[in-house]
Order: sequence, then C-alpha cells, then structure tokens
Amino acid sequence: MLKVRIIPTLLWKNVTLVKGIGFDSWRRIGTIVPAIKVYDTREVDELILVDITATLEGRPPDYESIYDISGECFVPLTVGGGVCHLDHIRNLLRAGADKVAINSAAYGDPELIRESARMFGSQCIVASIDAKRKTDGTFECYSHAGTQPTGKELGAWARQVEASGAGEILITSIEKDGTMSGYDVDMVRTVTGNVRIPVIASGGAGNYEHMLHVLTAAHCSAVAAASIFHFTQQTPLEAKQFLAGHGIPVRNFNVRPSGARNGFARV
Amino acid sequence: MKVLVVDYKMGNLGSVRRSFEECGAEVTISNQPKDLENAEKFVLPGVGAFKDGMARLESEGWVPKIKEAIGDGVPMLGICLGMQLLAAKGFEGGEISGLNLIPGEVKRFVPPAENERIPHIGWNEVYSTQGAVLFDQIPSGTDFYFVHSYHFVPHDPANILAETPYCGRFVSAVMADRVFGVQFHPEKSGKPGFALIRNFLKI
Repeated sequence: MLKVRIIPTLLWKNVTLVKGIGFDSWRRIGTIVPAIKVYDTREVDELILVDITATLEGRPPDYESIYDISGECFVPLTVGGGVCHLDHIRNLLRAGADKVAINSAAYGDPELIRESARMFGSQCIVASIDAKRKTDGTFECYSHAGTQPTGKELGAWARQVEASGAGEILITSIEKDGTMSGYDVDMVRTVTGNVRIPVIASGGAGNYEHMLHVLTAAHCSAVAAASIFHFTQQTPLEAKQFLAGHGIPVRNFNVRPSGARNGFARV
Repeated sequence: MKVLVVDYKMGNLGSVRRSFEECGAEVTISNQPKDLENAEKFVLPGVGAFKDGMARLESEGWVPKIKEAIGDGVPMLGICLGMQLLAAKGFEGGEISGLNLIPGEVKRFVPPAENERIPHIGWNEVYSTQGAVLFDQIPSGTDFYFVHSYHFVPHDPANILAETPYCGRFVSAVMADRVFGVQFHPEKSGKPGFALIRNFLKI
C-alpha cells in the first residue's frame, strides 16, 4: 500500500534556515546542510526546500547550494523558490533536486507548467499554491511569497495546474502557516476534491492530531510541516508512530495486525 | 568497481552518483558512449518522458554501445525511466520503440479506485521473487520510493523480479540475464536503497 508521507519543509533565506508566522517575521533556525544531514539520518520520507526570497529579489535559484545539499540527501528532495524558466528547472534537476516546485511564475506564464511537464515529466513538477480564505468562505491564490493576490479561485486554479501537467500540488494556507493551530482542512479539501493528482497539505501543523485530521478529513497524500519540527520536540518518526496507531499507512511502522515489520523498522 | 552513469540529459544524476559512491563504487558520469567500453557496470538513470529519453539515447549514439556492452555481459541497472526504456515499446508521447532488451510494453496507470492518485508518488512495498540477487538481504515487502505515471508490463513472467501493490499490482523490478531494471529510486530510498545498490555492485 502506498504510504502517507510526512514531509519536513525547510525555508531558506540567504543560506540560513528560517521559519516565519503567516509568511512574515522570519526567525533564523540554523544552517541548512547540518539540518539536511539530521533529517537524512532519521530517514524522513521526503524533504521540501524553499528559497523564500528568490522571487522577491528577482534572482534565479542557487544551484551550487542545491548541489551541496543534495549530496547529503538520500531521500527525495523537492526544491522551490524563484523558479520561472525551463532552464531553472533543468539546472535544479541537474543539481540534485528530484522535484521542482513552481509557484509565482505559473500565474504570469501559464505555459510554464505545461512546457516543463512535457520536457521533464509531470512527476517532477510540483505546483505550489499559497492561498487565503476570503470572507465568503472561498479561497484565493496569492503569489510572491503570499504578498500578491492573484484573483484566482483555488479550486479552479488547482484544476488548471493539473490540466497543464503538474504531477502534484503543495497547498499552503498563508494564514495558518507558522501558527501551529492546525491545517486549514477546508482549503486542502477544496484542492483534493478538484484534482486527481497527489496533494500535500501545508501550513498550520502543531501536533500529530492535526496531521491525522487533515489526512482523514481531506484525503491528502502527504502532510508537510515546519514549525512543529523546528520549535518543538515533536519528530517525523513520532508522527508516523502516532498515525500508524490510528490506522494510517506510514513507512517504517506497520499498521497491519500481524505485527510483521520490514527489516528497516525502528531506526 | 568502476561504474558508468549514462548522462543523456534526462534528470537527476547527482544523487545517483552520490549513492553509488556511498556504496563504494568509483563513479563516472559520462556523455560519451564510447566510455562504456571501459565500464565494469553501468547505470541508465532518468526521469522524464519515454519519447524524449529514447530520442536522446538515439541521437547521442548510446543505443549501439549499450547493446554492445550488454552483449559483453556488462551488468546494467536501469532506474525509473531507465528501466522503462528496456522495454520493446512505450506509449508516453505516442507509440515509441524502446531499447527492446526485455520484451514488454510501458503503459500509463489506469486508476481503478477513487483514492488512487496518479502519478504514483511516495513509499510503497516491493515484493521480490525468491532468490533474486538484487534483493539479497532485503525483506520482501520493504518500502522503496516511487515517482511515476507509467509502468512496465513484461510479456514473459520470467523477467519479473518484483511487484508492488498500486492500481491493482504492477511490476516494480525486471531482469533479463545481467540486465536489471527498477521502477523505484534506490538512490532516494535510504538504507534499503543502499542495500540494493550494494547487491548490484556485487553482481
């Protein structure tokens, strides 16, 4: 059975890791390569790495750093931030990224996702969507690290990026991000209900119950989280142990009653 | 152990190199087909579409050299798209002839269940056939990392090395003599991935 993935998100600004609240007030939380090594040693399911200032500063992705990082990373690595040309994607894949997340540039250039999926395969193109809840209960997509409203309704945009060939959607609630108050389940459900590609929920995880809730209520394929792993004692491994106990299929913890484990359990 | 990684400009070679080095191999990433003459083993990695992958192998002169090396008994490991290209033909981007090293076709998943999404992304179980050297010391049912929308359908069950439950059940590893292919990414599958790479290096 395909396992649900628990994905630490690392936000990255001028070679230091940071974490903010509501896409603002960034706190430095360390340097990046040691953090990657720790996660790799702990056998996380996957990592997401986002350069949060590349688009705002109008610069291309930092390929050299990605090359250094991917050299320490033997689990799948999704890289985002500042991706706006096919060349960026090609170079990131060559530098060691397994998947590339496209966000802001997709609104201005709808062909970018289509062209990149055609050239590199849908499976390595992640459409990253940041959204906010509107007063009427619908959701609007924002670009440029959550600073610019796009006028796009979330469900319609999700369908559009899927039709263009995105292989996966990473949906982040701007308002929930960093609050550790739980995922915006309605927002995630809006995406999972509109597309048939895998969806990663992001923004708001504060404990393992939040993960269980969004997985069972919104049927997403993966949960991403940052603050919970940076600022609390909670770990991806414990999260999986908790989820397995509630019947969610995860790697390294067998949920079947037989109790048979694979040979790499309990790292 | 000198391992050549075929660079035909289809995706992430850095992690393939690093993981093989981590397992003790001396790795050369090469865009020169003639370098295959000196390889003790070689890897055909790759992400992307079947059509583009095959077109690049052909235009850059890899096809005859790959077949020559295999004829000489040089062990080969195809990963992901590299496994799919072993087939006689694929259907991604139109009907395209593959390397035709293992009889079979590469087809898109047809999800039968509401909750099975395509691409198949994430960790899933790999059930290997008994005595498969590539899976030596790796318990059948161990999770490996997958990311793909197409899968290999071999014509001859004798070429099936492992299967994985998704959209029913699909073939996740194939073998013909010393040619191996895995649909998952051993270079991204942590410890079990290293175990599989070490097994390949021992062949």
